[in-house]
Amino acid sequence: MTLQSRTSRNAFWPGFRLAVYGMMFGIVFSSSAVLSQEATAEVDNASTMLAPMLAPAAPGNVTVEDAPNDAGHAVIVTFSQSQAPADGQALVLGYEIYRSLARSGPWKKVGAVPSDVDVTASLIYKDAGGSDKSSDDYLPTETDLFYRVRAVTADSTLYSDSEVSAPAQAVGQWWNSGRNPVFFFVLFFTLLTLYFLRVAKQRGDSLYIRPLAGIDAVDEAIGRATEMGKPILYVLGLGTASDIATIASFTILGRVARKVAEYQTDVIVPCYDPIVFTIAQETVRTGYMDAGRPDAYRDDQVYFVTQAQFAYVAAVNGTILRDRPATNIYLGKFYAESLILAETGAIAGSIQIAGTDEIAQLPFFVVACDYTLIGEELYAASAYLGREPLLLGALKAQDYAKAVIVVLAILGVIMSGLGYEGFAKAFEAVG
Amino acid sequence: MKRTIPWIITIVTGFVLVIAEFVPPWGKMREDVLIYFQIISVFAFFLGGGSLLKINLQKVFSKRTDWEYALVTVVGFFVMLALGLFKLGNPEMATAGYAADLNANGSWFKNLFDAVKAPLSASMYSLLAFFIASASYRAFRAKNSDATVLLVSAFIILMGQTFVGVVATGWMPDWVSFFKVENLSLWLLAKANLAGQRAILIGIALGIVSMSLRVILGIERTHLSGGDE
Repeated sequence: MTLQSRTSRNAFWPGFRLAVYGMMFGIVFSSSAVLSQEATAEVDNASTMLAPMLAPAAPGNVTVEDAPNDAGHAVIVTFSQSQAPADGQALVLGYEIYRSLARSGPWKKVGAVPSDVDVTASLIYKDAGGSDKSSDDYLPTETDLFYRVRAVTADSTLYSDSEVSAPAQAVGQWWNSGRNPVFFFVLFFTLLTLYFLRVAKQRGDSLYIRPLAGIDAVDEAIGRATEMGKPILYVLGLGTASDIATIASFTILGRVARKVAEYQTDVIVPCYDPIVFTIAQETVRTGYMDAGRPDAYRDDQVYFVTQAQFAYVAAVNGTILRDRPATNIYLGKFYAESLILAETGAIAGSIQIAGTDEIAQLPFFVVACDYTLIGEELYAASAYLGREPLLLGALKAQDYAKAVIVVLAILGVIMSGLGYEGFAKAFEAVG
Repeated sequence: MKRTIPWIITIVTGFVLVIAEFVPPWGKMREDVLIYFQIISVFAFFLGGGSLLKINLQKVFSKRTDWEYALVTVVGFFVMLALGLFKLGNPEMATAGYAADLNANGSWFKNLFDAVKAPLSASMYSLLAFFIASASYRAFRAKNSDATVLLVSAFIILMGQTFVGVVATGWMPDWVSFFKVENLSLWLLAKANLAGQRAILIGIALGIVSMSLRVILGIERTHLSGGDE
């Protein structure tokens, strides 16, 4: 039994092994066959990819027109994009704009526009050249200009050119009609100001103007400094002499300097900008002269510090903490340094009056200072301090213009609410 | 006379530049005026540098309080001036001579700027974080009705920016979703805050036009200085 079994087992094993080998061979063979099929497919795909692709469809409808409301030297090129790529066509990445003075060329590339996902959308390119004949980007006026657009792909050899556009000329205009709303407003405001100047001349300083707490505090602050025998620190901010806020600050500085001279106290003016420094020096000197005390003015009262923002802050903070001024006045353009200055002044226990037209800095001044002139109050301050009839007249005109704007804004809201957008659009300035 | 001539220059320049805004062919004048401004500012830099030296040297020689700081300023001024003018320690000096780039890598000028001035400026700027905290503490004390409104608004916006606020009001059903803290915060910023900002902006624009007119018409002449007519 045992022998028989062993014999039958011996007879069984060679067959079994054969079957296993056969299966393994089958698996290996079939795998290699599959692999070879895949490899063949990849080769086919690769050969398909390497096959030379076709250039994209050409862009079309190239039209050129003069750019409006300018001094010439600019045109607007409009064109429709290439059609979506068909099988085998390369994808368009963008469009290059070429300009020529003749239909046949030579062509000069003047710009490029990326393609839009929506190929049905037309694209616009403004070719704004220079007015200097010797410059490379010179674009002549009143001369025929021809344009063509090239659709470009990732492959620099695959591109398509549009038809050449019809000739067009860049023509200068003598009036920017896009700014008509601004012009009419400026004209209206100028006439209003002139009218109130006339009224102010006739009525003297009896014109009523709304009170400003910050301005009323200036006299009080100068008086406090005099009583304490401490100086007044006047900071003109980081603006340049061409900033209106700085110019407004000069006029206030002049009046503060005059009062300081009258009260026989001291004013310190550290400056950030060298031009501002020279004007501030002259302004303070004139204030002392107007007060009849030119001898009391010293050159070291107004001085230049640096044009590095935080180095300037460090210097002014040093002055605040060393000299402990009775009053700090911050009027002009301020940026990130506003809170550092105002908080240091608050720590030093000074009365602080601030004003700026930088909206982002206003909250800092409101929080850290005793009085804050918000936005246009800074510009009005000099008129308040001077109480001169002409200045008051200009201020009155400003208030009336503000009232007109409020009425127009309310009308605009009502009109837009009723679905009539034309009213708001009439005040839109373009260009 | 000292004021009249500058005033005439102001009137002419002012009117021409205002008109240039509306007459395109005159637009180039604005660029020209900016160039004049830059030329003048070069001279002003000499005056500024002179003032800086004068004030600080006076402090040093008269040994006024904290004269040591003034000495540091003067030394710093001359060191940077010498390094910049003579391109001392500038690796490009050998090849480019005095045309070497002032900020060439490895130059002493750039190294001093990067190692001293830049970190000191950053330190001053970073003080802002502490000052914001101390200013906020004072501002958000509910002393009166205005301060209370400020406190409540600040709290809503603060909560709206954090996940705690969003989670705290996340349970609210859709029909009161406006009162979810993130929506309230957005409303405060996009409506109440923006309306206020625009009102201030309109006022500023009017103020600028009014101030410009006063300057151009010669009603406001303090900035011209120069003593009496």
